[in-house]
Amino acid sequence: MAQNQIKEHWREQQIFLTRIVICSVVVAILTAVVLTRLSILQLVKADYYAAQSQGNRIRVQPLPPNRGLIYDRNGKILAENIPSYQLELTPEQVPDLDDTLARLATEHLLDAETPALAAEQIRSKRRFDSIPVLQRMTDDEVARFAVMRPFFPGVEIRARLTRRYPYGTFGSHALGYVGGISAADLKAVDPAAYAGSTHIGKASIERSYEPELHGIVGHQNVQVNVHGRMMQVLDSELSTPGKDLFLSIDIDAQIVAETALEGKRGAVVAIDPASGEILVFASVPGFDPNRFITGLSNKEYQELQNDPDQPLFNRALQGKYPPGSTIKPIVALAGLEKNVISPTDRRYCRGFYTLPGQSHRYRDWKKEGHGSINMHDAISQSCDTYFYDLASKIGIDALSETLKSFGLGIETGVDIRPESPGLVPSRDWKRKAFSSRANQVWFPGETVITGIGQGYLLVTPLQLASAAATIASRGIRYKPSLVHGVRDPATGITELRNPEQLAPVVASSDDNWNSIIDGMRGVISDPRGTARALNVNAPYPMAGKSGTAQVFTVAQNAKYNEAEISERMRDHALFIAFAPLDKPGIAVAVLVENGKSGSGVAGPIARKVIDAYLGSAPQQ
Amino acid sequence: MIAGNRNKASSRYGPVTRLLYKVHLDAPLLAGICAVLTLSLMVLYSASGSDIDTVYRQCARIGVAMLVLAFTAQLNISWIRRAAPWIYSIGIITLALVDIAGEVGGGAQRWLDIGVRFQPSEIMKLAVPAMLAWVLHDRPLPTSAGINALLLAMILVPVAMIAIQPDLGTAIMITLTGLIVIFLAGIDLRYVLSAIPLSMGAAFVLWQFYMLPYQKQRVMTLLDPETDPLGSGYHIIQSKIAIGSGGLFGKGLLNGSQGKLEFLPEQTTDFIFAVIGEELGFIGVTALIIIYLLIVARGFFIAVAAQDTFSRLLAGSISLTFFFYVFVNTAMVTGLLPVVGVPLPLVSAGGTSMVTLSAGFGILMSIHTHRKLLPR
Repeated sequence: MAQNQIKEHWREQQIFLTRIVICSVVVAILTAVVLTRLSILQLVKADYYAAQSQGNRIRVQPLPPNRGLIYDRNGKILAENIPSYQLELTPEQVPDLDDTLARLATEHLLDAETPALAAEQIRSKRRFDSIPVLQRMTDDEVARFAVMRPFFPGVEIRARLTRRYPYGTFGSHALGYVGGISAADLKAVDPAAYAGSTHIGKASIERSYEPELHGIVGHQNVQVNVHGRMMQVLDSELSTPGKDLFLSIDIDAQIVAETALEGKRGAVVAIDPASGEILVFASVPGFDPNRFITGLSNKEYQELQNDPDQPLFNRALQGKYPPGSTIKPIVALAGLEKNVISPTDRRYCRGFYTLPGQSHRYRDWKKEGHGSINMHDAISQSCDTYFYDLASKIGIDALSETLKSFGLGIETGVDIRPESPGLVPSRDWKRKAFSSRANQVWFPGETVITGIGQGYLLVTPLQLASAAATIASRGIRYKPSLVHGVRDPATGITELRNPEQLAPVVASSDDNWNSIIDGMRGVISDPRGTARALNVNAPYPMAGKSGTAQVFTVAQNAKYNEAEISERMRDHALFIAFAPLDKPGIAVAVLVENGKSGSGVAGPIARKVIDAYLGSAPQQ
Repeated sequence: MIAGNRNKASSRYGPVTRLLYKVHLDAPLLAGICAVLTLSLMVLYSASGSDIDTVYRQCARIGVAMLVLAFTAQLNISWIRRAAPWIYSIGIITLALVDIAGEVGGGAQRWLDIGVRFQPSEIMKLAVPAMLAWVLHDRPLPTSAGINALLLAMILVPVAMIAIQPDLGTAIMITLTGLIVIFLAGIDLRYVLSAIPLSMGAAFVLWQFYMLPYQKQRVMTLLDPETDPLGSGYHIIQSKIAIGSGGLFGKGLLNGSQGKLEFLPEQTTDFIFAVIGEELGFIGVTALIIIYLLIVARGFFIAVAAQDTFSRLLAGSISLTFFFYVFVNTAMVTGLLPVVGVPLPLVSAGGTSMVTLSAGFGILMSIHTHRKLLPR
């Protein structure tokens, strides 16, 4: 051993030195490789990787705008935004969506009825958007989730503004409601504008004024970590809040109207004749719009849909009803304008009317007849026979022309949709509407019953109110509108909407207006007026006209027996009115489905609404 | 002659160097180590998201490591040489225990719990080269083929035991350490050249019959990380983004977004080099690599200056292995090599590898300071 060492010592050292040199060369080469790699990454491609790094950490987040508020004409708030907690889920951050939803459901922290429904809804949204799964959390729910939060990655509690309708059911058919944005809703709007928004207007004002109320979405660039959690806001472009709306509705009068209709089905529309502004827009039964914000369960929605009273049906806007005797003043005006009658001409009423050469009896509501009667009394006592005769003298063409000039049979153009046009029949219409040749012929008898607002004639309560306002303003017509001011919250400037005038009803003489308004005044003030009861303690002079429209035709010679026909087959009760007589501030149309008596049921409601409005509104 | 140089050198250096030499510490090596450690603490503070506790914990580990270094440096190298076969044997036994425990416990098993948890594979990082150097110490060099076969077996037995844990990274690094010893001992270069096709064949066999799916995945990902950007390729892509976005000067300490926002995986351990690249830029990483090279160069110097075969081989092996750790980690983080889980020496957070490295440096210092110097 010692021998070897002595022999090999110098040579071994030389070999070792050589090997260390070789190692040093290897070290140099490998170092060069790494440094080359680093210089490519950090010097040559530095810009590329810098951009990558930016993209990695910067994420654009939408800032949903605050929805515009809605006020009534006196500044009372009808729709506001209140802060509330909601549970939101960001799909791309959730490892297993179905499992997460199932666990949320077992904790009762899910709005949707089943996890499957929620999953379906969530999958229709964008993966990086935050989607509410439980809205308006109670304190208890917030506390319970806070404890479980580590087990629900991608699910967070967020404070958001949610819509609230402080008056609940009152005004629901005027305001409409907001609900979760559906896939169908997104097709109708620019999805980018709704990034971050969770709700959209679904009906009436909330829907028709969606562009104004929604506002403009903002964006912020946020720095996020690998989990997508926001670390800091880098810069932002703030959202522009939606515009506030001032409705022409007087919520107090609205409440009076809806309370008066409580337990009934019907509608009340009141219009300011001097501007077309809608003061009351009631359709009863209504619904609580607050319920739609959190989303109705399928069962709740079915219940609403299948309710025989149809609470979701906007009777004022879409309900089509025979106007009955309420159109008699218009028929009278048509007669005066066509010179087929004068106010002093008298007709003899013996309780029924027959067309020349026919035996069919068109019965008057008063079996024994009104006797000899002039226009004033025919209106105030609502003599049917007088108007059967007058209508057949005017003829259907001229009559439908006059009815249309009052806006019946066509959409009023009110600022909410969808509106029913109603129906004013004419020869032309009948030719187009019926396919069988026998049915296309206009029969003289059809003209007769059109004279008392029966037959094919159908109007909406809104049209009827507009027509009443037209009478009140002696032919000047305005397009009815619910919104009379739009305020930009950014500038605070309120833009008032000017009343939009429509083609007026032109009478050849103002006396003709006097004649029919006089008759309508008689309805209330005459001792034999059909609605004389409304005159008791009236602080202002008012004019009106009752109407009782048949839903169901009584056979000839048969007796109308209330008890025998079901409640749904009873006559509709209608009433139109306006006041004060000299300078009308309000015109009203009231409809009570199956209310039996226009003067007895609908009339008092009209009086209450007028009292409420004129009593509260400052007299100009 | 050597002694004369030494005396001249001693007088040329300052009092601190001479004092350190007296307590068996090598000033240049210590300076390099301290430079890297200082940088590592700064970067660790940033990479951990300004978490001072992480830094304190690392300081504690460094303290322990420095004690190990100082202690090892006191041991006379001849004692270490005599202890080598014993340490190697203990290493083999404990590895066997870990493998058996792993068989029982199921899953990856690297730890042995004996009061303190320790990894026998870490011992092997030093025991294998020491054992080989012990075998070669009193034999004529270059070695015969028979001895080389014996040495290869001494490498492969512990490596196989580590590989089945499975810990591919450590197994490869220990193999490399052993091969370096054989190379430094003067094996015929024809063997080395013929080993290249041989190792390719071995790699094929490894791939086909041995490697687990996740290990194959790592290699595949290396070849084309973009194919699986959110899966296995994620680490490499994010690490490249971090380094590349650092540019020439870097984003500055504490300003890196990749690491801070947790896009980087393991940013305080295996991928800490990417944080340095992002925050200190090309200049920073080049400076770090230069310090590493200085440490390696000092190691080579100590090896060349060593007085016996055992010291020479062990010092050379420790120094070159240290360099390979640096190379494998930086190459891995920059996407040149597969992600094999090799920490960046002295910088990555974590105690075990730091202690092993310190023991290695302690041995280097011991070799250098226990030379028998002839009196003037």
